[in-house]
Amino acid sequence: MEQTVIQRPLPDAEHKRKRAIRLSRVLGRALIYFALLFMGAGFAMPLLWMVSTSLKTDPQVYHVPPIWFPNPLRLRNYPEMLSQYPFGVYLVNTLRYALPTSVGVMVSSALVGYSFARISWWGRDVLFFLCLATMMIPFQVTMIPLYLIFRNLGWLNSYKPLVIPTFFGNAYYIFLLRQFFLTIPQAISDAAHVDGASELCIFLRIVLPLSRPVLAVVCLFQFMGAWNNYLGPLIYLNREDLFPLALGLQQMRPLMTQAKALLWPYLMAASTCVVLPVIIIFFLAQRTFVEGITVTGLKG
Amino acid sequence: MTATTQGLNRARRREVRRFITGVLFACPWIIGFVMFTIYPIGASLYYSFTRYDVVREPLFVGLGNYRNMLFEDATLRIAIGNTLYFVMIGVPAALAVSFLLASLLNNEVKGRPVFRTVFFLPSIVPAVASAEVWRWVYNPRYGLVNATLKAMGIAGIPFLSSPALAKPSLLLIEVWAQGTAIVVFLAALQDVPRSLYEAALVDGANAVQRFFHVTIPMCTPSILFIALTGLIGAFQYFTLGWLLTNGGPKQATEFYSVYLYRNAFRFFKMGYASALAWLLFILIVTFTIIVFRSSARWVYYGGEGS
Repeated sequence: MEQTVIQRPLPDAEHKRKRAIRLSRVLGRALIYFALLFMGAGFAMPLLWMVSTSLKTDPQVYHVPPIWFPNPLRLRNYPEMLSQYPFGVYLVNTLRYALPTSVGVMVSSALVGYSFARISWWGRDVLFFLCLATMMIPFQVTMIPLYLIFRNLGWLNSYKPLVIPTFFGNAYYIFLLRQFFLTIPQAISDAAHVDGASELCIFLRIVLPLSRPVLAVVCLFQFMGAWNNYLGPLIYLNREDLFPLALGLQQMRPLMTQAKALLWPYLMAASTCVVLPVIIIFFLAQRTFVEGITVTGLKG
Repeated sequence: MTATTQGLNRARRREVRRFITGVLFACPWIIGFVMFTIYPIGASLYYSFTRYDVVREPLFVGLGNYRNMLFEDATLRIAIGNTLYFVMIGVPAALAVSFLLASLLNNEVKGRPVFRTVFFLPSIVPAVASAEVWRWVYNPRYGLVNATLKAMGIAGIPFLSSPALAKPSLLLIEVWAQGTAIVVFLAALQDVPRSLYEAALVDGANAVQRFFHVTIPMCTPSILFIALTGLIGAFQYFTLGWLLTNGGPKQATEFYSVYLYRNAFRFFKMGYASALAWLLFILIVTFTIIVFRSSARWVYYGGEGS
């Protein structure tokens, strides 16, 4: 740089132009950082506000202007909320149906995805197309007849309506798994066929072990889907002792108002407890997550 | 001669065996498809022509439900209007914000993983929890926004209790939870070939021109994907509307799915709700087709020449 200056002093105009370019680049960077920080603060605000409120006393909650860092921190809100309200019951209920659906969806969707990806049979492509088409049908269309079926079977107020259907595969996961199975070289299957291996054997011994990451994605997505599901439990469950967290969290507000408890701190503590597992799962499996979204997002 | 027929037979036998294995592997979905999709669709179509309160047998009323829906139900008209607001304004707004955020994240900036996480996390927050959190943020007196405003001597904003603001307030929550779209856009942005930007730079295009003439056209396939999934989601918008405003104030947030749910499981008008579900399906399909048709004009697929 200095060398060029010594060799040939820049004409004034060119010097100015270069400085202007550098200035605009710096300004551009500053603008990007400013926008990221501004939007980032906005996006982070509700969850930070939730955690902050969960650690407050009542006077701190109703303080104007709002307090971001309560002093002292009232950590006791958590054990108090957990012991005074049936959060634990709701949690166990959630697990009681979320875990079986994860297993069910994974096993059934893997079988079906394998059939659609690696066995070529008459009518397969038509059925695969139908399978994709079912994703277009809004839940509202099948919701009422499904409710009536499960009602006639006496399955209301049980987890069966939420669990059993997942054992019949889910179009979205079938698609996800099929896309993955297609990437496994056909030569491996052919070699196994020559050695006399059955299709089931190839599926269990070769394809499934190779597919662990994508199976994990399916399990995770389904678990979180069940954890977040509101409409399903709302339709099928009306006994409070069966409520999962999604319904239970709503149930806690009237209970707390009745008990004249620390309403907002407790509610925010409960909300934090509902959000936290999801965030932990996300951090543990960040990469699989993002891959799962991009695979279905770009190829779908 | 016999050798070839034998070969043919063997080939056929193998095909039959493959068919049987294929069907066996796929049978969970095939059975589920019949029980949980085909039958409910048929039943729903049948119920839509009946009056059915669950207690008594369904009573066939012909096109009565549809006639009510189209000519008499004023609430439905409001619900369709509210839902279209979400579809026509909410979906593009959410798409624009998430595309902008993805573009910002696509720069070489310090702390990019932190920003990415901050923008993505809201999308995995369970709807019930985000309902509680936003109810508190929007609280008219002590919520984060209004308490701050009050401290500055500014009157509070009635986010959820004013008919004019309720929909935009709910919309803001949706925009907040667009992490999936951001991830999809970020992946698309990273796939835009460097050479295109260099060529544009040589041609003297500035940053804004490069954004509109290189970045956006190259990302149109994923924009289409996000627009379609967003559209379908907006038509089915339920949980937060149900939990936060439940139709009110003055029906400003009476969304289609909320109204449908109320008819089915609060008023037990199963027949009418089924007809509503079919109208919803028709609306979704129509809008999807319109967007899909239009995509031929604005979506650019790298491989197709030009």
